Amino acid sequence: MSGARAVRAAKADRSRLPVPQPTRGLPFPAIDKSTLPNGMRVWTVRHPQVPLVAFMLLVRRGAASDPQGRDGLAAVTADMLDEGSGERSAIEIHEALARLGAQFDTDIGSDATVASVTVLSRFAQRALGLLSDIVVRPALREEDFTRVRQLRLHRLTQLRDMPSALADRAFLRLLYGAHPYGHSPIGSETTLASMTVDDVRAFHARTIRPAVATLIAVGDCDHGAIVRLATEAFADWIGGADAEVSDGDAPPQAAAITVVPRPRAPQSELRIGHVAAARSTPDYHPLVVANTILGGQFVSRINLNLREHKGLTYGARTSFEFRRLAGPFALQASVQTSGTAVAIQESIGEIAGIRGERPVTGDELALGIAALTRGYARSFETGEQIGRAAMQLALYDLPDDYFEQFVPRIEAVTADDVSRVTARHLDPARLVTVVVGDLDAIGRDLGALSHAELAVLPPDGI
Amino acid sequence: MRQLPVNISFTKQTLANGLDVLLHEDRACPIVAVNLWYHVGSKNEQPGHTGFAHLFEHLMFEGSEHHDKGYFQPLQGAGATLNGSTNADRTNYWEVVPTGALELALWMESDRMGYLLAALTQAKFANQRDVVLNERRQNYENRPYGLAPMALLAALFPDDHPYHWTTIGEIADLESVQLDEVHAFFRRYYHPANASIALAGDIDADEALALVEQYFGDIDPGEAVEPVRASAGLQRDVRIRFEDRVELPRLYLAWLTPAMFADGDADLDLATDLLANGKTSRLYRRLVFDERMATDVSASQNSREIAGYSQITATAAPGHTLAELEAAIFEEIARLAADGPTDEEIERGRVQAEAQFMFRLQTVGGFGGKSDQLNAYNVFLHDPAFFDRDLARYQIVTGASLRAAVNQYLDPARRVTLSIVPEGRPALAAVDSAMAVVS
Repeated sequence: MSGARAVRAAKADRSRLPVPQPTRGLPFPAIDKSTLPNGMRVWTVRHPQVPLVAFMLLVRRGAASDPQGRDGLAAVTADMLDEGSGERSAIEIHEALARLGAQFDTDIGSDATVASVTVLSRFAQRALGLLSDIVVRPALREEDFTRVRQLRLHRLTQLRDMPSALADRAFLRLLYGAHPYGHSPIGSETTLASMTVDDVRAFHARTIRPAVATLIAVGDCDHGAIVRLATEAFADWIGGADAEVSDGDAPPQAAAITVVPRPRAPQSELRIGHVAAARSTPDYHPLVVANTILGGQFVSRINLNLREHKGLTYGARTSFEFRRLAGPFALQASVQTSGTAVAIQESIGEIAGIRGERPVTGDELALGIAALTRGYARSFETGEQIGRAAMQLALYDLPDDYFEQFVPRIEAVTADDVSRVTARHLDPARLVTVVVGDLDAIGRDLGALSHAELAVLPPDGI
Repeated sequence: MRQLPVNISFTKQTLANGLDVLLHEDRACPIVAVNLWYHVGSKNEQPGHTGFAHLFEHLMFEGSEHHDKGYFQPLQGAGATLNGSTNADRTNYWEVVPTGALELALWMESDRMGYLLAALTQAKFANQRDVVLNERRQNYENRPYGLAPMALLAALFPDDHPYHWTTIGEIADLESVQLDEVHAFFRRYYHPANASIALAGDIDADEALALVEQYFGDIDPGEAVEPVRASAGLQRDVRIRFEDRVELPRLYLAWLTPAMFADGDADLDLATDLLANGKTSRLYRRLVFDERMATDVSASQNSREIAGYSQITATAAPGHTLAELEAAIFEEIARLAADGPTDEEIERGRVQAEAQFMFRLQTVGGFGGKSDQLNAYNVFLHDPAFFDRDLARYQIVTGASLRAAVNQYLDPARRVTLSIVPEGRPALAAVDSAMAVVS
């Protein structure tokens, strides 16, 4: 239907904004669950809107499981999964995926390795077979290992010029030291150079096990059919779980500023934070609300201050990275060089303020809660979104009704809760600041910031 | 050929003031995507005034006459997510709102379409110019290889061609822009006759149309905007280089190619994919996998409204030169031009195109999604029902048509060859490269 059309309509009332009407909730779709004889869990969610199926195979071991002196091994292992299987070369595996029009990805975090493949639903069976070949039976050949490691070494070389990567790596190192979370998944030149293909084979055999794996399928699919296909595809995969990493000693932190010099840089890349809370913290929901107000949304205190009032940055944000062990709280922003000291001072002032002299107001609390709850249904629109949500349940041992409970639990958060959890989990006296920037231009101003010592860390010392 | 279920049901109406209204019902999730396109981008700018369309987009979030403060607060408070973006050809604004907040989103979009200027102060303007200069520093100046687009576009398109500059614009232009230009720009481009709005999601089409009419119907239509016309032609191999704070030298090859939806566009999409997209591609296999002379290689056909360009990018592995990369890439292009693709490559291209279409239809809105796609087809082709024919463009590509496009467009004698090399190492550039000035 097309064409010009006149509609008789009321005139707009521009004297006030329309008040949003209540919107029906969207119950999180049911997850059908089975466990195969080998211990692998198979979870499926029906989501038939588009003829696609998204598969995600989550293994609850990641970069935190890197052995001593082998930083980067989990990531290299994940990278090697699609480098051939059985007699098939890496290219042949990818040709098989390409014939299905598949979107394939591997992802490595501290606590998990995920291989995912999304295909048109008519290719579900073939995709699952390939996923099994890739994760369970990778060839792990020496010549492929040599090439993959070399590419990662080249990548590390290139990251020396990437301010955000330098800042991330320095920040984790300063926060965690030798703790399992103290390195980026990619590792370092030294640890990669000392690695062998036997390390990869041993790591794969030890960590990529069905007992710690969950296969999630979301889309135009049926639970019984997926379980049958998975049983067939993963039948010969066996093995119990190795030990999960536990908290080592994170170094005691005192407030300090560390500069990674980047001469003539037009901006300073900032990270400010400290080790905070694990995903299992009972303070999770109040912390989510607190972060939203502090730096988690466009109208957060920190973004309004640094971007909308001072024009120092394209954007500033904070996050609590909730992991299986205590993860970092971090503020991140790229700020213009001339505003570096001001931005740090204001950021630390905002972090201190929300837990002390400037507690959240009723309006801020209402806005933060509304922003988190009213649009919640949006998080479950696509199969991949639903799959990622289900992965949270699998990775962090969350209850089945977690998503049903999210909105009421966020709505129950009070201003006192926010004050209590920010006082407990944010500590200005321990804030570690990393600045990748032009030391000559900013050194004096940073030295004048009274709260901390100034250290210099060369890029190749990270 | 199999019937492909890619069409989505929608209605199109045009209000008396010229605003196109596209409505698509999808009641699965209680959300509505509001997506508003203005047919203006950096292509409508003039030399000396670049970066303006994008800076203006920032100002659209800072308040309007009847809501003279930030646009994020009421919408985020209603559970919406929202953003906007500017490219060479268009500017879009979108919200994804819970169903009950649709009217709020329409109120706000219409207020900034009809009543922006009264709220636009020098202070807001100065603040957002600083923000944009910081966006430029973050995404271009302080990023390795970040100035490549500036150098490539400037070499591909002549000085007075509107694709000669990037959407982020030149620093000097951004610093010298005046508030009165904002007013003129708004009057010229931001009106119903130069806009198209799409609503997709949990709506009743009749009710939604009445709401759009209520909020947008009395905005003055504005004058029609004349299409931008310009032509470009490369007559030689333009070889340039610059030094950057990078560790490894990188080679960029670029050619002028057909515009979006024009003959040859889909062929080049598939050709660049089979050359350098993913591990199955010819150049990845040869340069990265077998001969290990490159750390990465990629290619794309970047089609725009009035012209396009194809691009191949490869980074030299330590110990290898850009000359080796250049020679190997042109051998592979010559082989493709001579022998065409294999049947397997054509079949893979087709199934990948089909899957990519499905991936795009999963969401109602945001960047991409059904509402944005409806607007794209409507603004560029005046035909929002183009989904099936767009996919068909890829299904009818043959080995012969792809080979012809490669022969015609990826011509070694008419291209831009850009080398970005580590500071102080100009000798690492491809041979005979002239120094380019970029900032």
